[in-house]
Amino acid sequence: MKVILNSEQIEQILRDLTSRIISEIQPPLDVAVIGIRSRGEILAQRLSSRLTEELGKNVPCGTLDITLYRDDLNSPQSSSQPQVRTTEIGFNIDDKIVILFDDVLYTGRSTRAAMDALIDLGRPKAIKLAVLVDRAGRELPIQADYAGYKTDVEPGNSVHVFLSESDGKDEVVVE
Amino acid sequence: MALIRKAKQSPWQHKHLLGLRDLKAEEITYILDTAKGFEQISTRSVKKAPPLRGKVVCNLFFEDSTRTRNSFTLAANRLSADVIEFTERASSVSKGETLLDTARNLEAMGIDIVVIRHNAGGAPKFLSRNINACVVNAGDGFCEHPTQGLLDVYTIRKFRGSLEGLKIAIVGDIAHSRVARSCMWAMTKLGAEVIFVGPPTLMPAQVDRLPVSVSYSLDEVIEKVDVINMLRIQFERLGGNPFPSVREYSHYFGLTVERMKKAKPNILVMHPGPINRGLEMESEVADGSNSVILEQVKNGLAVRMAVLFLVNQATAMRR
Repeated sequence: MKVILNSEQIEQILRDLTSRIISEIQPPLDVAVIGIRSRGEILAQRLSSRLTEELGKNVPCGTLDITLYRDDLNSPQSSSQPQVRTTEIGFNIDDKIVILFDDVLYTGRSTRAAMDALIDLGRPKAIKLAVLVDRAGRELPIQADYAGYKTDVEPGNSVHVFLSESDGKDEVVVE
Repeated sequence: MALIRKAKQSPWQHKHLLGLRDLKAEEITYILDTAKGFEQISTRSVKKAPPLRGKVVCNLFFEDSTRTRNSFTLAANRLSADVIEFTERASSVSKGETLLDTARNLEAMGIDIVVIRHNAGGAPKFLSRNINACVVNAGDGFCEHPTQGLLDVYTIRKFRGSLEGLKIAIVGDIAHSRVARSCMWAMTKLGAEVIFVGPPTLMPAQVDRLPVSVSYSLDEVIEKVDVINMLRIQFERLGGNPFPSVREYSHYFGLTVERMKKAKPNILVMHPGPINRGLEMESEVADGSNSVILEQVKNGLAVRMAVLFLVNQATAMRR
C-alpha cells in the first residue's frame, strides 16, 4: 500500500482547481458542480462551497447516481449487483456549465454513464470533467478537463480515495 | 472509479417476485430503498432511463385492472423495455389454450419478464417453475399482490420515516383481499402492528394463525391507529350474503367524516383502489387532507420500476 496523496496535497489540488475554474469561466456564465456518487459527491460539495465563497454567489451542487446508465448492468462479468441510489440535483442544469466531479478517472466508463445521465436531466451549456486522480488505462475516448494528480498504476492494483466526511481522513492510496 | 470498485453482494438475489410472505425484512427494505432512486425519473425532462433496454416485458393479465396494469406498463417503458400487452379476452385463451401453453408461446418470442395477474392463487409460482423468464406477481387469487403491499409500505415510510411501532388497521373485505395479505406481510415484517377490521363473515378462515389481531368494530379501533387502509368490497368475488345490506356495511365499517373526527389528527388514509365512493369511504375522506391515495399510485410506479429492475439484475448475475 502506498499513499499517493495526503490531506495537504488534496487541499492544494482543490485550491488550484477552484482558481482555474474561476479564471476560465467568467460571468455571465453560470456554473454548477455535480458529483458522481459516492466520493465525487463529497468532492463536489467541497468545490462548490469554495466557488461560492470566492465568487460571492451561490454555486449549486448536486449528486448523480449513475447506476442505471452503467454499461455492465447486463453483463455476466459484473461481480455483483450495484445498488441504485438517488440522484439529487435540486436545480435546472439547462444552459449551465456543469463541472462533473469524480474521484478517479480510469476506464472512462463512469464518465460516459454520467454524461448520458446528465443529458436526460436537461441540456447544459457544457460539461467539464474534474477528477482528483487521473489514472492511465482509458477504454473510451474521454479525458479530464481538470485533473488533480496523474498516475500510471499497474492494472490489477487499485486506487482508493478516502475523504474525511465519509472515511475520517483525507488520503489517496494505491494497493 | 465507481465502475471498478467491487460492491458487496446485493441483498436481492431473486429472479421472481411471487409474494412478500417468504421475503426477509432486509429484502423488502432493499426494494424500497431501490425504489427511492427511481422516483426522480418521473419528475425530470426525459422520463426514461436505459437499464432494461432490449428487454421484453409481457403483461399477462387474466383479470381486469386499471392501476396495476398501466403502472407496470409505464414502469417498463420508463426503463426502456418493450412491452407486450396480453389480455385474456382478446387472446387464444378463449379458444382453450392453457396458461402454460400461453406463457411458453409468449416466451418463444423472447420474453424476459412476465407480469402475471390470475384469479387462481399460485398461478405465478406455477409459471415460475415452468418457464425461464422472470415472473412478477401482479395479483393471484386471494393470495398476494406483492407490489401493492410494497407501495403501501413505501408510502407509509415516506410519510412516517419508518413502520416500527405503528398501528395499522386494514378494514373491510379481508377474506377476498390479496392486498390485505401482502400488506400484512410487509407491514409486520417491518415492525408495524396490524389489525384486521371487518364483519366476521369477511374474515379469512384461520385468521388466528396470521400475525395480526382482529376486531369487528371500526369504532373501537379508529382512535388507536396511525394508518388506516380501507379495502374495496369486491362484489365480483362475494358469494352468499356476507352483510345484510350495503347501507348497513357502510354504517359499521365505512370511513365517514363523522368517524374521522375520532381518529388521530395525522392518521394516513389509504385505499388500494378502485374506491366504491360512499360505501367503504365517503368522498370527503377519500379527497381529504389525510388521504394519501394518489400518492400510493405515484409511488407504485417507482416501486414497480425497482421490482422490474431487480428481478432482471438477478438474472444477469446468474448467467
